[in-house]
Amino acid sequence: MGNTAPELKQPPAKAPASHPSGDKRFKILEVHMKKLQFKQDALIEVLHKAQELFGYLEDDVLLFVAHHLKLPPSRVYGVATFYHFFMLKPQGQHTCVVCMGTACYVKGADKVVEAVQNELKIKAGETTADNKVSLLTARCIGACGIAPAVVYDGTVTPRQTPESTMEQINKWVKS
Amino acid sequence: MAAKTLTIDGKQITAEEGETILQAATEAGIKIPTLCHLEGVYDIGACRLCLVEVTGTPKLLPACTLKVAEGMEVSTDTERLRKYRRMTLELLFAERNHVCAVCVANGHCELQTLAYSQGMEHVRYEYTFPKWNVDNTHRLFGMDHNRCILCTRCVRVCWHIEGAGTKNVSGRGGKSKIITDLNQEWGDSESCTECGKCVMSCPTGALFQKGSTVGESERDRNKLEFIVNAREKKQWNA
Amino acid sequence: MILNDLIAVKEKELASQKKIVLRCCMAAGCISSDSKGVKEQLEIAVTEAGMQDEVEVRGVGCMKLCCEGPLVAVDPKNELYVKVTAENAPSIIASLKGGKANVEQTDPDAAFFKKQLSIVLANSGIVNPERIESYIAADGYLALHEVLNEMSPKEVVEAMTKSGLRGRGGAGFPTGLKWGTVAKSPGAKKYVICNADEGDPGAFMDRSVLESDPHSVLEGMAIAAYAVGADQGYLYVRAEYPLAIARLHLAIKQAKSLGLLGAGIFDSPFNFNVEIRIGAGAFVCGEETALMMSVEGKRGTPRPRPPFPAESGLFGCPTLLNNVETFANVPAIYRNGAEWFAGIGTEKSKGTKVFALAGKIKNTGLIEVPMGTPLRTIVEEMGGGAPDGGKIKAVQTGGPSGGCIPSQHLDTPVDYESLGKLGSIMGSGGMIVMDEGTRMVDVARFFMEFCMDESCGKCIPCRAGTVQMHNILDKILKRKATGRDLAKLEELCDMVRNTSLCGLGQTAPNPTMSTLRFFRNEYEELLQPDTFGAGATHSQPVTK
Repeated sequence: MGNTAPELKQPPAKAPASHPSGDKRFKILEVHMKKLQFKQDALIEVLHKAQELFGYLEDDVLLFVAHHLKLPPSRVYGVATFYHFFMLKPQGQHTCVVCMGTACYVKGADKVVEAVQNELKIKAGETTADNKVSLLTARCIGACGIAPAVVYDGTVTPRQTPESTMEQINKWVKS
Repeated sequence: MAAKTLTIDGKQITAEEGETILQAATEAGIKIPTLCHLEGVYDIGACRLCLVEVTGTPKLLPACTLKVAEGMEVSTDTERLRKYRRMTLELLFAERNHVCAVCVANGHCELQTLAYSQGMEHVRYEYTFPKWNVDNTHRLFGMDHNRCILCTRCVRVCWHIEGAGTKNVSGRGGKSKIITDLNQEWGDSESCTECGKCVMSCPTGALFQKGSTVGESERDRNKLEFIVNAREKKQWNA
Repeated sequence: MILNDLIAVKEKELASQKKIVLRCCMAAGCISSDSKGVKEQLEIAVTEAGMQDEVEVRGVGCMKLCCEGPLVAVDPKNELYVKVTAENAPSIIASLKGGKANVEQTDPDAAFFKKQLSIVLANSGIVNPERIESYIAADGYLALHEVLNEMSPKEVVEAMTKSGLRGRGGAGFPTGLKWGTVAKSPGAKKYVICNADEGDPGAFMDRSVLESDPHSVLEGMAIAAYAVGADQGYLYVRAEYPLAIARLHLAIKQAKSLGLLGAGIFDSPFNFNVEIRIGAGAFVCGEETALMMSVEGKRGTPRPRPPFPAESGLFGCPTLLNNVETFANVPAIYRNGAEWFAGIGTEKSKGTKVFALAGKIKNTGLIEVPMGTPLRTIVEEMGGGAPDGGKIKAVQTGGPSGGCIPSQHLDTPVDYESLGKLGSIMGSGGMIVMDEGTRMVDVARFFMEFCMDESCGKCIPCRAGTVQMHNILDKILKRKATGRDLAKLEELCDMVRNTSLCGLGQTAPNPTMSTLRFFRNEYEELLQPDTFGAGATHSQPVTK
């Protein structure tokens, strides 16, 4: 197609054995990929590990994974953005995940989210300007028997109210 | 290959085993509307325009992936199917910004043609007017996400025929977007071979060759001044 | 490992059993209420009282009454302590010596427990999910031994068909028929996949089974693999269930070390390996073709069926896919016989069903009841009705794919057909009770928003249709919609249901349609009058 011949481009650089930044986490990630025999179908497992190591998946990390699994970068990016568990932006120091499953919703989880949004002046999925608190919502964490549930920095806490949630968040804000 | 006999829209036809209903119908001169289907690449059954009714099956099935079977009775043009096709097209028109009058594909757009042929006279759903950008960074091609219907033909030709894997889909649901490499500007793509197959495969004006957009039509305002001066002041100092 | 070794493990475990066993719930719900602290304090108190030789403090799986957690049961005294804290836990030990336990108790013979019939949850809250010996002591892996040594794969499939078990993931497809199809599909390589991507909001049955009795699922998978001729299995678990994942990893490791997974199981030529694949937050991956895409490390978008996974599934090979609860039923069926299982439940729905009871109800938690149990028994007798004397308005089953059953239909027996007739589905087992304070249009919008966010975006009706339906529901709630909008909503419900590619889209209109069917007045109350012209819909002709 087209009359102009495409310009010759340099082939993509060969995957470096480790990362030029010298960051040890890349080495750990590479060992993990090796354990999975660099299998392309292990992409999601590798991304889980990468997020565990780096906290979120920045372009550099995604490219590193793509090179080592020999996958097109577009495929890696497509997978990383399909699944809500993967974060492409850094999170705040603390995370507050409000479960918005049906049981939590009918028991007032929406009021909890509203309270936090109003107090911190951020929307769900955002982080405060001082980078202290990220507010997230979950589809259902399967803790319906103790609804409404909120996860503070990985700890599931039962029967939360707007007041109890703000109490916890204020502790973080003041710290 | 064994031959299968079946009925499509009351017409008795024979087809080879392994053929799809779409192939069998096309050979028999029966036209089934399609949008995500593209001859030469694998089918995904996503656009739902080629859905057909099969006697004995409660569910509607896509003709592009459904294989022929002995004694099958298929209807491709019932009132119900026509209604659903019109609604599907309406949903597409309301989803992004499809403004035919200023579109590069006006007059040779598959979406537009289908809307005419299926009798979609207007859109009854509320337009969502999303804000999508236009990637004009590539030296030869451009991508206007406002016109994209996410049929993924470009993704499939890039993967299946060219083998480059430059294009893919990011996000999901209504936020899905066709991306280049790591969601970077097309002009910065390392993997793009500039083969242009994606542009050729696009059914709408989402992917286009540069120079073909309405906005790029050149207008030399100086000429206007020259003519005005010539006609009114009788001065030909171009 | 041969049968004698298995029996030896069982006998050793039973012989080492102490006189008194304190079962302490260590499932995710109770852990969030500090049951770990409770268990620690109990252990310290036992040591301080010098009762190590007669008392065992055992961490067990879910004890079902989640709202009252942390729970501690005392065997054989048949006492059940509720809302135990690290502070008052030691008084339970004191009570064993005649003192008084300063902890609230509940009646273990109350309707909530007595009306249950446990097959899937038989070991839940009894065995220690972190010790394979505990499972073996409860006759674990006996069924696998019998199947491998005394039955041909064909006989295993026949027995499954005879049992009448139907898939517990929602659709209720006959399990025996599915196994038979995979068994007959030609192919040297076949796979067994366990769907543990329990995505329905308001459902936590599978999580509890995995946390409480992971070996029953592994044993069920191994039996299925033998029946269909597979040697590789995958367990696809949601990332939201870290405890379940940890316990599964441990269970697989233990089963391998005893030769109950891996090569040459029970000295037979049968090999079976299981790998865990962790989901990453996509509801659509509960759909079988999407789940397989995800196991292959791709975007979890579904593909049209046929071909069905039984013929062409994971990596293009014949694949058997069942959910957690289905597999958890399997060992019991072969231990007790297909006839025994077929004798439980109704004519077309056999066995039991586990439900996660939640929402505006007094007793929330897990229940397992025979198929055909009336909803009223579950909600009023077992669940104790609405809290604070409220009135139950509806029961939601099937999550975003299901519907709301109004209180006048509470006498409906719970089985696949009866729930279907009411425009709902059995679903995977989430049961959310709603009281008079719940607005049904709001519920419909809640589920539509869920489907809109979870749509994979591949097919147009689901991707764009859910957006339009959500917008109309939103407009109705804001009192800005007219009768025309409602008509458009109903038309879209019909269209999206009939034209979407996969189950997510096909069932997305269900909550809206079922609330429209039973609570239409709540929609109509919010509508504005249709005025000529003013209410006309936005229209724009296609330009030539």
